[in-house]
Amino acid sequence: MFNRGTIINVRAIGHHTIDSVMRFGYASRFFALTLLNSGSSWRRIHLIIRELYFTGALSMVIILVSGLFVGMVLGFQGYQTLKTYGSESALGVLVALSLVRELGPVVSGLLFASRAGSAMTAEIGLMKTTEQLSAMEMMAVDPIARVVAPRFWAGVISMPLLAGVFSAMGIYGGYLIGVVLIGVDEGSFWSQMQSAVDFREDIVNGVIKSVVFGIAVTWIALFEGYDSPPTAEGVSGATTRTVVTSSLAILGLDFILTAFMFRGV
Amino acid sequence: MASDNLVEISAVGYSYDKRRTILSGIDMKIPRGKVVAIMGISGSGKTTLLRLIAGWFKPTQGDIHVDGVLTRDLDRDGLYKMRRRMGMLFQFGALFTDLSVFDNVAFQMREHTDLPESMIRDIVMMKLQAVGLRGAHHLMPSELSGGMSRRVALARAIALDPMLMMYDEPFTGLDPISLGVIRNLVRRLNDTLGSTSIVVTHDVQEALDTVDYVYYLSEGVMVAHGTPEEMRASKDPLVHQFVWGEADGPVAYQYPSRKYNEELELV
Amino acid sequence: MERSTIDLWVGLFMVAGLGALTILALKVSNMGSLGSNETYSLTAEFTNIGGLKPRAAVKSSGVVVGRVSGITFDNDKFVARVTMNVDAKYKFPQDTSASILTAGLLGEQYVGFEGGADDKMLAPGATLKLTQSAVVLEKLISQFMYNKAAEGSGSK
Repeated sequence: MFNRGTIINVRAIGHHTIDSVMRFGYASRFFALTLLNSGSSWRRIHLIIRELYFTGALSMVIILVSGLFVGMVLGFQGYQTLKTYGSESALGVLVALSLVRELGPVVSGLLFASRAGSAMTAEIGLMKTTEQLSAMEMMAVDPIARVVAPRFWAGVISMPLLAGVFSAMGIYGGYLIGVVLIGVDEGSFWSQMQSAVDFREDIVNGVIKSVVFGIAVTWIALFEGYDSPPTAEGVSGATTRTVVTSSLAILGLDFILTAFMFRGV
Repeated sequence: MASDNLVEISAVGYSYDKRRTILSGIDMKIPRGKVVAIMGISGSGKTTLLRLIAGWFKPTQGDIHVDGVLTRDLDRDGLYKMRRRMGMLFQFGALFTDLSVFDNVAFQMREHTDLPESMIRDIVMMKLQAVGLRGAHHLMPSELSGGMSRRVALARAIALDPMLMMYDEPFTGLDPISLGVIRNLVRRLNDTLGSTSIVVTHDVQEALDTVDYVYYLSEGVMVAHGTPEEMRASKDPLVHQFVWGEADGPVAYQYPSRKYNEELELV
Repeated sequence: MERSTIDLWVGLFMVAGLGALTILALKVSNMGSLGSNETYSLTAEFTNIGGLKPRAAVKSSGVVVGRVSGITFDNDKFVARVTMNVDAKYKFPQDTSASILTAGLLGEQYVGFEGGADDKMLAPGATLKLTQSAVVLEKLISQFMYNKAAEGSGSK
């Protein structure tokens, strides 16, 4: 009825599915353990501060530069489009809303995943390969509490701050192009922006988005590092998977969150 | 019940799953104050045995007692408490690459004790002095040679004066001078700290010169044990081949294959 | 490890991040002009709200005095009930009229208040009696066409 090849293929799909579900379960347990073991890292705040330096402070340059450029492009493109309807004065609204609601959290999340997330995976994968995690375990120190949890919280704190910097920088870029270069009226640029952007609906929702992205990206990055095969190929594969998986996670989560947050408006 | 043996292993077996048995029927006694070697060729289950003693894995059969405590009964906290009294030197040192030599050695004290920084400094310097690297305390692990990083790792392992020291392939990949240094340290630290040491190795001559007793593992089974002299004089073909490093013997030189002349189609 | 340098950079990063969020809150959004100030609620009924949406502005003489907080449909009277949060600073007489207006020809719709002459002021939760619904363009055009047609036939 079925030939051998089909049966083998079906079996492979089944195995693959079971493997994926198992891995997801393991990842969830890892996430729960990270949360459970967070207490000690908050008591020793310098561990988190150290990681904030690597995930947050070192990501600032790329965030500042790309935020400025994205804002400038928005200024140009928005002006071109709005001009056809004679509503150039709404340029501020367009730039601010697209940045605060979508581009700020999403683009800075993607940059964060490739800048800080991949570094986290590589670092933890390398610590595993060189038996540093085993050594820690042998010294009766839980690697999840000592290595994973501080990085997780640093990521969760960094992400909304980076997204905020990105949006602010982008709005400044839009202002540079729209007001300074093209000559849109400065007063209407700011005042229309202020009357259209709502603190609760837009800013707070944007921050919530970026916190969710921060959790997702750091979780994926840390888990991929922790679970990577302890070889050079294993670590490089895990690093690639971090960037791919967390980028997809950001875009997927963004869709879900947007559907929840902005459906009524 | 303070027995003379710090570690007692009786009828221990370990397997990942039903098909792959790593160890079976292992009986070992490691007397206090002695240096004991576990030897065998690569893949014979030596490192797994070491990890079983550290409570890393639970044995699938049999009991392991460390200092009179049955390790299988320990929960995570109990296991961690036990490990604080153990030190392990990993094959390539496994120093924390983001911490300096000083911070590496101080790591356990900072994690487990509330000692004032001045006292931690004194202890770290003493431990580094013991391995001859007091002057290197400010270096990062990336600035150390292979032999030096293994010595630092040794200083880190003895930071809390462990009752049991475990060495996982401590002699691998070292130049002759570093090798001599590590070998002497293994012996000297054991005797001065009054601890007990287990050395997992396949470097025969170094081990035989250093240790008090040898257990020989082959394919997960304990095939021979005795003092170094007994091992050297052993008539067991497996042990003889291993000790004298012969290319062919019970462990065949050729990977299982078809007959050579068949392969070349000469028949 | 030079702890102080790391602390400095992390400090700068935190200041920049929190500063950016503050700027977004105060300068970009409406929190600076109308945010967590105290408000009171007013209700008005309209036969047609056109394209009015929640969070639309409530203006009086062109000044934003509040925001639309909710729009529901009253199934008994068949009218739209628009609730508005008005800044507690501003008081309006009881005979204030509310109308739905459009900013510019095709702009956003908002609620316009026109103050009356009554001595008594609207209490929180009160309902505005005088309302004027949104101008629906289709109706306007058809009315215009009808009038034109009537004019045309009358003059003959």
